[in-house]
Amino acid sequence: MKSLDDLKKIRDAAQSKVQMRGKNEGIRVLVGMATCGISAGARPVMNKFVEKIAEYNLDKITVTPVGCIGECAIEPIVEILQGENRTTYCRVDVEATERIIKEHLIGGKVVSDYVIGKYRL
Amino acid sequence: MNELSLHILDICQNSIKANAGLIQIIITDSVIDNIFKIKIIDNGFGMDKKTLSEVSDPFFTTRTTRKVGLGVSLFKMAAEMSSGNFKISSTKNKGTTIIATFQRDHINRAPLGNIEETLIILILNEKNINIYYEHNYNNKKYIFDTREVRNALEGIPFTDYNVILWIKNNIKEGIINIQKEESV
Repeated sequence: MKSLDDLKKIRDAAQSKVQMRGKNEGIRVLVGMATCGISAGARPVMNKFVEKIAEYNLDKITVTPVGCIGECAIEPIVEILQGENRTTYCRVDVEATERIIKEHLIGGKVVSDYVIGKYRL
Repeated sequence: MNELSLHILDICQNSIKANAGLIQIIITDSVIDNIFKIKIIDNGFGMDKKTLSEVSDPFFTTRTTRKVGLGVSLFKMAAEMSSGNFKISSTKNKGTTIIATFQRDHINRAPLGNIEETLIILILNEKNINIYYEHNYNNKKYIFDTREVRNALEGIPFTDYNVILWIKNNIKEGIINIQKEESV
C-alpha cells in the first residue's frame, strides 16, 4: 500500500519545481457538479480534467466544481473561462474531455463538436 | 445515480456551500449485522428547524433558479428503497449530520462505487476544507485524513500530479486491504 513515506518522497521531489501561481490568471475550467451533473456523469469528467492537467503540468489552469446553471438536460456541462472568453461545452464525456484538453486547453482551438450551440433543447 | 459514492459527492456539495471547515464521511460496512451505513458530518452553518423539515422534499431548494432540489431526496429514496432509513439533523451555526442506513444485501442497495473519485473532487475544493474519511469493514478500519496529508506535504499543493495519484491509490488500496484481510 502507498504509505505516508511514499508521499514524503513525492513532496521532496515536488519541492524543486514549486512555483507560485496567481489564482485568477490563466484559464479556469468549471465543471457542473450539482445533482444533475453528477448523475449525468460529471465525476469521471472532472477526474479526467484534474489528472490530465496535473500530468501535463498546466499549472495556470484551475479546475473547479460548480453548481447547476439550469440546463440539466444537457449535462455534463463544462465551461472554459479565459479572459473575456467563455466557452460552454455540453454532454461532455471522458472522450470529449480528452479532446477539450488537447485541442482547446493546449491547442487553443474550440472543439466545436461539443459546444452548446450544437444542441437544440 | 448508480453508486452510493455519487450520492456522497452530491451531499457533500451542500456541506461545502454551508462553509464547512471539516467534512467527516464515515462508512460502516458490516456483513455480520447486514448493514451498510453512511454518515456525513459537517461543521457548516447548519439549518433552522423549518428548513430541516423541508430538505428531503424534492420541491424544496435554496436555489433561486428553479423550484426543485433532488440531492437529499434522492439519497433518502436510495436508503428507503433498500429497506433502510434516513436521518438528518442540524443545528444552526453548528453543522449538519446525515445518516443513511441500508440493508447490506438488499437487491436495491447500490455498490459504494468509485469512492476515490468522489474524495479527490472533495479534497481539491478551493476553500481548503478538510476531509476525514473512515471506512469500517466488519472490525477493520481504514482512515484517510487530509489534515495528516497536508502536514506531510509541507506546502506542496494537492494538485501535484503525483500527489493526486498517491491519494487515489492510498484510498483504493486501503479499502481493498481491510476487505482482503477479513476474508482470510
